Amino acid sequence: MIVAIVFLPLLGFLIAGLFGRFIGARPSEAVTTSLLFVSVLFSWIIFLQVGFGTAETNVPVLGNWFTSGTLKVDWALRVDTLTAVMLVVVTTVSALVHLYSIGYMHEDPSRPRFFAYLSLFTFAMLMLVTADNLVQMFFGWEGVGLASYLLIGFWYEKPSANAAAIKAFVVNRVGDFGFALGIFLVFVLTNSVAFETIFAAAPGLAGKQIHVFGINADAMTIACLLLFMGAMGKSAQFLLHTWLPDAMEGPTPVSALIHAATMVTAGVFMVARLSPLFEQAPEALAFVTFIGATTAFFAATVGLVQNDIKRVIAYSTCSQLGYMFVGLGVGGYSLGIFHLFTHAFFKALLFLGAGSVIHAMHHEQDMRRMGGLRKDIPITFWAMIVGTLALTGFPLTAGNFSKDAIIDAAFAAGAHQSTAVYAFILTTIAVAFTSFYSWRLIFMTFFGERHLVPAGHEAPSAETSDAAQQHDEGKSARASDPHSAHAHDDHGHDARGHVPHESPWVMLIPLIVLSIGALFAGIVFAGPFIGHGYEEFWKGSLYQSPNNHILHELHDVGIIVEYLPLLMMAGGALVAWYMYIRAPGTADAVARTNPLLYRFLLNKWYFDELYDLIFVRPAFWLGRLFWRGGDGRIIDGLGPDGVAARVIDVTNRVVRLQTGYVYHYAFAMLIGVAVIITWYLVGGHR
Amino acid sequence: MFGFGILSGVVFLPLVGVIFILILRGEDEATLRNARWAALSTTIIVFLLSLVVWARFDPSSAAFQLVEEKNWFGAGLIYKMGVDGMSLPFVILTTFLMPFCILASWESITYRVKEYMIAFLVLETLMVGVFCALDLVLFYLFFEGGLIPMFLIIGVWGGKRRIYASFKFFLYTLLGSLLMLVAIMAMYVQAGTTDITVLLHTNYPVTMQKWLWFAFFASFAVKMPMWPVHTWLPDAHVEAPTAGSVILAGILLKMGGYGFLRFSLPMFPDASTYFAPLVYALSIIAIIYTSLVALVQEDMKKLIAYSSVAHMGFVTMGLFTMTEQGVQGAIFLMISHGLVSGALFLCVGVVYDRMHTREIAAYGGLVQRMPLYAVAFMIFTMANVGLPGTSGFVGEFLTLVGAFQANTWVAFFATTGVILSACYALYLYRRIIFGVIEKPSLQGILDLSPREVAILAPLVLLTIYYGVRPQQVLDPTAAPVEQLVKNFEAALSTTRTAALPTTQAQR
Repeated sequence: MIVAIVFLPLLGFLIAGLFGRFIGARPSEAVTTSLLFVSVLFSWIIFLQVGFGTAETNVPVLGNWFTSGTLKVDWALRVDTLTAVMLVVVTTVSALVHLYSIGYMHEDPSRPRFFAYLSLFTFAMLMLVTADNLVQMFFGWEGVGLASYLLIGFWYEKPSANAAAIKAFVVNRVGDFGFALGIFLVFVLTNSVAFETIFAAAPGLAGKQIHVFGINADAMTIACLLLFMGAMGKSAQFLLHTWLPDAMEGPTPVSALIHAATMVTAGVFMVARLSPLFEQAPEALAFVTFIGATTAFFAATVGLVQNDIKRVIAYSTCSQLGYMFVGLGVGGYSLGIFHLFTHAFFKALLFLGAGSVIHAMHHEQDMRRMGGLRKDIPITFWAMIVGTLALTGFPLTAGNFSKDAIIDAAFAAGAHQSTAVYAFILTTIAVAFTSFYSWRLIFMTFFGERHLVPAGHEAPSAETSDAAQQHDEGKSARASDPHSAHAHDDHGHDARGHVPHESPWVMLIPLIVLSIGALFAGIVFAGPFIGHGYEEFWKGSLYQSPNNHILHELHDVGIIVEYLPLLMMAGGALVAWYMYIRAPGTADAVARTNPLLYRFLLNKWYFDELYDLIFVRPAFWLGRLFWRGGDGRIIDGLGPDGVAARVIDVTNRVVRLQTGYVYHYAFAMLIGVAVIITWYLVGGHR
Repeated sequence: MFGFGILSGVVFLPLVGVIFILILRGEDEATLRNARWAALSTTIIVFLLSLVVWARFDPSSAAFQLVEEKNWFGAGLIYKMGVDGMSLPFVILTTFLMPFCILASWESITYRVKEYMIAFLVLETLMVGVFCALDLVLFYLFFEGGLIPMFLIIGVWGGKRRIYASFKFFLYTLLGSLLMLVAIMAMYVQAGTTDITVLLHTNYPVTMQKWLWFAFFASFAVKMPMWPVHTWLPDAHVEAPTAGSVILAGILLKMGGYGFLRFSLPMFPDASTYFAPLVYALSIIAIIYTSLVALVQEDMKKLIAYSSVAHMGFVTMGLFTMTEQGVQGAIFLMISHGLVSGALFLCVGVVYDRMHTREIAAYGGLVQRMPLYAVAFMIFTMANVGLPGTSGFVGEFLTLVGAFQANTWVAFFATTGVILSACYALYLYRRIIFGVIEKPSLQGILDLSPREVAILAPLVLLTIYYGVRPQQVLDPTAAPVEQLVKNFEAALSTTRTAALPTTQAQR
C-alpha cells in the first residue's frame, strides 16, 4: 500500500508528462487527480493503522541505490507515525489542489504539463517523507526543489517568473550545501547514513569532540547545525527566506501546495525526523529556536505592509514556519509537527481562497484594487474568514491549539534554554502582527468600497505612491501573466465594469474541505499529537531524551501567559478594524508619518538589495575578472600565446602553417618512440 | 580474431571500417552515404563486441582480465592488453559514444566526409587502446597518437579560429607528453620492464617517485584539464565540430583521470600523498574559478567547456582522497560526465545546425517551438547540476564524501561548486529555452528530428537509469578500487616503517 501511495503520483506524472500531448488536457487532469485520490485514501488508512492502531514501524526496502565501501544507500520506504502524518498532509492537500487546479487553470493551454509537474512534486515529497536514510531524503529534498523550480517558472514567458524560479533553486542549494556537509559529517561519525544506525549511535556521540573546519567542536552540534542549514533553505528561514515571496510568481494552486502546506515544511519534518540527533545537541536546538523566533517576527513585520494578496500570505507562511521551528527548538518536536499539520489546512485554505479571489478578479492580485467582495463571492469569503480565524488562533480553531502551545512551550523552556525567552517575546508580539495583517487582508479585500482601479492607474494614496519603490513587487502586481492576458482579452482590460464572479464548484469543494480541517483539526488531534495520547500515537518516532519534559511543562505556565496570545490576537484584530473599517485613511497617515520604517518594511528589510550587492554582483564581477584577466591575460598571455608567438616565427619558415603542427607533432612522437626502442635494444643486450 | 583476443578485436575493428571506406571511390552522394553507413555500422559492431567483453568480465575480481600478450620488437618490448574494473567502464563508454558521434555528423559534415569518418574510426582505435593497454610504451603510443586525429578533426572541420585552437592544443600537450616520455624511460631503467602489471608492484625511492609523479602529472593535468592549464579546452571545444566536442569532453578528458588512476596513485603512493594538497588546491580553484567563469560566458560551448573543467575538479579531488568513496565516485563521475557533457554538446549541436551560431544571446524562448528539445536539455542540465536521481549526483556525492574524510575544508570549498553549478546551468537554460521568442529568425525553428530523437533519447534514459541504479558501473570498480586503496595504505606504512629506523639511527 505504501508503495502505491508513493508511486501512483509518479505514474500520473509519467502519463501526463509523456502522453499529455496526445491524450489532451482533460484526460491528463482526470488521470493525475484520480490517482492522487487513491493515494489519499491509502494514506488515511495507513495513518489510522499506524497512529491509532497497532501497526509496527515498517520499512520495505525496494532495492540498493548505491554502495561504495562502507557507504550503503538503499531505496526504502519508512512508515511510522511521523511519516503517516506527513503522508496524510501531503496527499490530502495535493489531491485537493489537483482538483482545484482543474477549475483555476482551465484557460491555460499547457495544463498537461502543469498537472504532470504537480504529480512529480507529490512523488518527490512522498519520497522525502518516507526516506529511511539521509541520502534518500536528500533525493526527495532536491526533487521537490526541482518541481518547485519548474512550477514557479511555469509561465516561462514572464521574466520575473524565470528569475524567481532560479532564485528559489539557488537559495535552496545554499541550504543544501549545509545539508550535504551535514550528511558527510554524520557518515564520518557513524559510518552510516541509515536512520536506524545513526539514531542508535547518537546517544554515544553526545559530547564527542571532533576536529572539523580547523576547529575542535562538539560533533553533534556541528552536524545538527549543518543539517539545519538545509532546513533553513527549504523552509525559508531568516537569511535564506528571500526566495519564498518571489515564488509567488507561480500559479496560485502551486503556492498553496508547495509554498504553504508541504514543501516548505520539509525543514520542520527533517528536524523532527532527526530528533534523536538534535536531542544530543542542545546548542543547535537553541540556535533553531533563535532562528525560528527571528523569522516569525521578521516575516510578520514585513507582512504588515504588503499589498499583494499572495505576498501577505507568503510572509505569513514564512512567519508560521518560524513558529514551528520554535516548537522544535525548545524540544517539543510534536508541537512543531502539530503546527505543521494544522497549518497545512488553514494556509492551503487561505491560498486557495486567495486564488479564488484572484480568479474572480481576473488575475488581479493587488489588494488596493479590491474591496467589498464579500457579497459577490460569499463562499470564498466565508472560507477566507475560517482560514483567518484559524491562522490568528481564534479559540477552538486549529491554530489556537497548535500555536498557543508553542508559545507556552517557549515560555516554559525559558528556564533551561537561553534563546527561549527571546522566542517567547518575539512570537507573542508576532501574534498581534499576524492578527493585524490577516484582518487587514480580509478588510481590504472583502469590506469597504469597491475601488477597482484599472491596471496601471495609480491610486492617490501613500501606499501606492511608494509602489514604485518596490521594484519586483510592483512588477508582479501589474504584470499580466500570459494566462491573464487571455482573460483580459475575453473580458476587456478593465475589470471595473465587470462583476466579480464566484468560482466553480470544482474550486469551492476544496475550500470547504479545507475549512472543515481548519476548524476541527486542532480539537480532534490535539490529544494524540501533543496531549495525553502522545506515547501511544507517536510510538517513538519522535525522540525525546528522558529529561525533556517540555510537553508537561507547557501546561504549567500560569494563566497570564496562557491568555496572552489571545489578548494579542484581539488587539491586532481591533487595530486592523480601526485602521481599515472604522477610520480608513489611518493606515496612510501612519505610513506617511513614519516613512523610513514604512519603506524598510515595504522593501522587506532590504534583503534582496543586500544579497544582490554582496553575492550576485561580485560573482559576475569575479567571473569576468577570472575570464578576461586570469584565463586571458595571465595564463594564455604568459603561456601558450606567448610561446605560440615564438613558435609561429619558426614554423612559418619551415612548413606551411595549416598542416605544420600535425606533422610536427607526429614527428616529435616518432622521435620519442625511436628513442624508447633504442633504449630497449641497448637494454636487451646489456 | 587473427590469433588475437577479443580486446584486440575491439581495438582494431574500427580499422577494418577504415579500410572499407578507403576502398570507396568517388565523391558522389551515394559514396558518401556508403561511407556514413560504413562508419555507423562499424561503430555499432564495435559497441556490440565491447558488450561481449563486458559479459565475459567478472566484476568481483580485482585482477586484469582477458589479458593477451605477444612479443613485439623481440627484446623486452611487448604487446599486452587487458582490462580491469577501472578501465572497463571507459572502454564501454568509448564504444557507446562513437555511434552517436557518427550520427551527429550525419548532415552537419558536408565536405571531406570520407576523411572525417576515417579520422573518427582511427580515433576510436586509439582511445580504446589507451584503456586496454597494459604496456607502458603501448599506452604512450595510444595516448599520444589519439591527438593526431583530434588535431585533424579540429583543424580541418573546425570553426573560424581552428588554427589558433589546434596551436594551443599542440603546445600544451607537447609539453606534458615529453615529460611523460622521459619519465617512462626512467621507469624502464629502474624496473627493467614496461609491463604495467609488473610496474604496479615496483617500489621506487621516494625522491624518484616525486619526479616521476610530477612528469606524469604534467601530462595528465593538461589532459584533464586542471587549472591553470585548462585554457586550451574552451578554445578547442568552440572550434571543434559537434562530434569532436562530444569525444573531447566524453573520452579524451577522461584519459587524464584514467592516467592518475592507473599510474600516479598505485605506482607512486608516497609522491601522491606528498602532492595531494597541491591537487586539492588546484581542484578547488578549478571548481570555484571555472564555475564563476562559466557564469559570464556568452558562448554556449564555452560555458559547457568551463563547466567540464569544474567537474573534472571534482574528479581529481576525489581521486587523491584515496578513499573508496572518493575514487569510486571519481570514476563514476567521469563516466557520468562523459554521458552528460557529451549530451549537452549534442544539444548545442542541434541548435547550431539550425541557426549556425553558438551565441547565447541569439536564442531565447525555444521551448515554444521546441518542446521536446527543452525536455531533453532540461534533463541534461539537471544532471550537470548534480540533481539526485540523475547520474550526475552519485559521482559528485561520493567524491565529496571521500573529500570530507580526507580534509573537511576541501569538502567545504568543493561543495560550494554545488551552488555555483546551479547558477550557471540554470542561467544558461533560462536564456536559451525560456522567455518569449523575440528574434524573427527563431520563429521557424523546428523541433528535434527523428534522427536527433534517436540520438538523445538513449542518453536521457541512461542519465536517469544510472542516477537511480548506478551499481552497474560501481560494481566492477569496487574490487580494484578496494585493492588500490589497500595497497596504497600498505605502501605508505612500509615507507613509514622504513623511514623510522633511519631517523632513529640518525639520532
